Amino acid sequence: MKRNVPLLLAIIAGFVMIVAFFIPYTVSWGEDVSIWFDILASIAFILGGGNLLKVHLKKVSDQAKGWGYSIITIVAFLVMLFVGLTKLGVNPNPQFPGHGHWAGQYNEVGSPFYWLFESVFKPLQATIFAMLAFYVASAAFRAFRAKNMEAILLLATAFFILLGRTAAGVFLTDFIPEESGYSGLRLENITVFIMDVFNTAGHRAIMIGVALGTASVSLKILLGVDRSYLGSGEG
Amino acid sequence: MRLYQITTLMAALVIHVSPSSVQAQAPAPPTNLEVTDHPWDGGKQIDLSWDLSPDDAELLRYEIYKAVAQTGPIPQKPPKFEQVDSVPAGTTSFTVDGVPFQVEMMVRDLEPHRTLFTDPPLPENQKKRLKLKVGYVFQVVAIARNGSRSTALATTAPFTPTMQWFEGSRFYFSFMTLIICGAVVFWIYRAKKGRPIKVRKIAGLEAVDEAVGRATEMGRSVLFIPGIQDINEIQTIAGLTILARVAKTAAAYGAKVEVPTSKSLVMTTARETVQAAFLEAGRPDAYNKDLIYYVTDEQFGYVAYLQGMMVREKPATCFYMGAFFAESLILAETGNSIGAIQIAGTAMPAQLPFFVAACDYTLIGEEFFAASAYLSGEPEQLGSLKGQDVGKVVVAILLLVGVLMATLGVIFDNQALLKAVAYLKETILT
Repeated sequence: MKRNVPLLLAIIAGFVMIVAFFIPYTVSWGEDVSIWFDILASIAFILGGGNLLKVHLKKVSDQAKGWGYSIITIVAFLVMLFVGLTKLGVNPNPQFPGHGHWAGQYNEVGSPFYWLFESVFKPLQATIFAMLAFYVASAAFRAFRAKNMEAILLLATAFFILLGRTAAGVFLTDFIPEESGYSGLRLENITVFIMDVFNTAGHRAIMIGVALGTASVSLKILLGVDRSYLGSGEG
Repeated sequence: MRLYQITTLMAALVIHVSPSSVQAQAPAPPTNLEVTDHPWDGGKQIDLSWDLSPDDAELLRYEIYKAVAQTGPIPQKPPKFEQVDSVPAGTTSFTVDGVPFQVEMMVRDLEPHRTLFTDPPLPENQKKRLKLKVGYVFQVVAIARNGSRSTALATTAPFTPTMQWFEGSRFYFSFMTLIICGAVVFWIYRAKKGRPIKVRKIAGLEAVDEAVGRATEMGRSVLFIPGIQDINEIQTIAGLTILARVAKTAAAYGAKVEVPTSKSLVMTTARETVQAAFLEAGRPDAYNKDLIYYVTDEQFGYVAYLQGMMVREKPATCFYMGAFFAESLILAETGNSIGAIQIAGTAMPAQLPFFVAACDYTLIGEEFFAASAYLSGEPEQLGSLKGQDVGKVVVAILLLVGVLMATLGVIFDNQALLKAVAYLKETILT
């Protein structure tokens, strides 16, 4: 029962979405299913917030490894929640007089919530994203070591692509006139050729496999053949 | 001399203000405007056709306008026309679909370096889709190269779009879906009947048991990351099917599996998955739901947590199974730096090179979706893989036919072949 009800719901929702895709009269059914998903996801936010507090409070209570970070997490979570929910520092909306600051936008420019988001959250986010540049360098260094034939090909291709996308690459083969029949040998044009032909072909091959895999997995779920996401293949 | 000048001036003035001269500059409007319902659609499109203006050779474009028809017994204000789109001179038809062209044109005009691909998709509420049970009237105006406009050619009666029972533009898609799904069902049925299915070895999946065993031997945890998308993403579900196997092996070996998630619904589903896996392995007592927890929906907040956790706790094995974006390399490189054995699987082509570079094993696209069938070893699941092969044959045939037709069409300058290629690309495969 515990597994059959979710399975039945998944099957019904899946078939409704398929039917709605092909039959215009049932488009609103598909929209209803999407709305139900949004409702579930919204309720799950409360569940997620509760779980976050529980996990980190337990870490602090047990003084587990890195419990200091848990304190920061809890404080940041509660402060942001309080500032956002109470609309702290938000100006009243002239369109709805008599409702005070409650009628204002929670993320109004200049409000404490806006400040926290713009001055604390966004820089932190950007910091993590910026680390990607260093990781690309270290991963490239490892991947481009010419250990075997495939790695040598990868290295050579990467060399042409990287060089062709810099000013140095353009400068190096600048002596080949753009109008001549050999313009394809200019580094920037070699780069475009590799990206448009080899890269696109490989990309499409992967995408075709992904599309077929998606269709197959979806069908197995809709037919109840694959139930492992519900916990077990036994049903 | 003076008389000549005055006469010339007067003649010029007469020519300038003469209505017939204004009429001569404006192009003639198109004729015979016909409105028909777009066949096999959801009632959101109307087809217009007209005969070319006699001055078509001098025209720049035709502008198409639509308005909601005013109905009722009492005469009301004239309909308020708004431009729908414009088509080049020489065009005799247009399909009104309600998607405003102005946004597209504005973006092109103001920021020519931007392509349509990078434009943000228009929110549904900004699309002025045609509505069912509403009457529309249309106008077509010819615009000459010198900017002058013809009088408007308007429809005589309001026209209401109608909804058909099937979306015709998706006919070929439904046909191919039926072939591929039919093949999958057929091979599942055959596998159930006991026909042996041969599946090639997938190194990444063969290594799952070894990776969990390594974590057990080292006394460290297994980290499983199910991507950053919600449970409505098929990659997340595919990742959870692999989690079932990982959890079952970990339960049998007595290893700890930790699953931090970036979506609450994924957390609850993963808990069910892991709990049932522990039950199946005969170790329900070893299941600890606190090891499957929610972190944050924010992409880089989630990454920051995972990085910190990986560096502090040094899991022996890391699984990345699901939909990943920019965080893929950050996570995989962090895992690499702590010496963890790493197995990744995703269907995001842009992230695959990063996983290949930084992980020990990577399940590429199709392999990732095959994992559940491969790991379960159940005949009916393996049968589905055989069904996928039928899909590949269909794709290969279409590719070969398309390439052959396009090549021959160009070599022999055969318009029929080129038209067939265009039909294949724009109608069948769209």
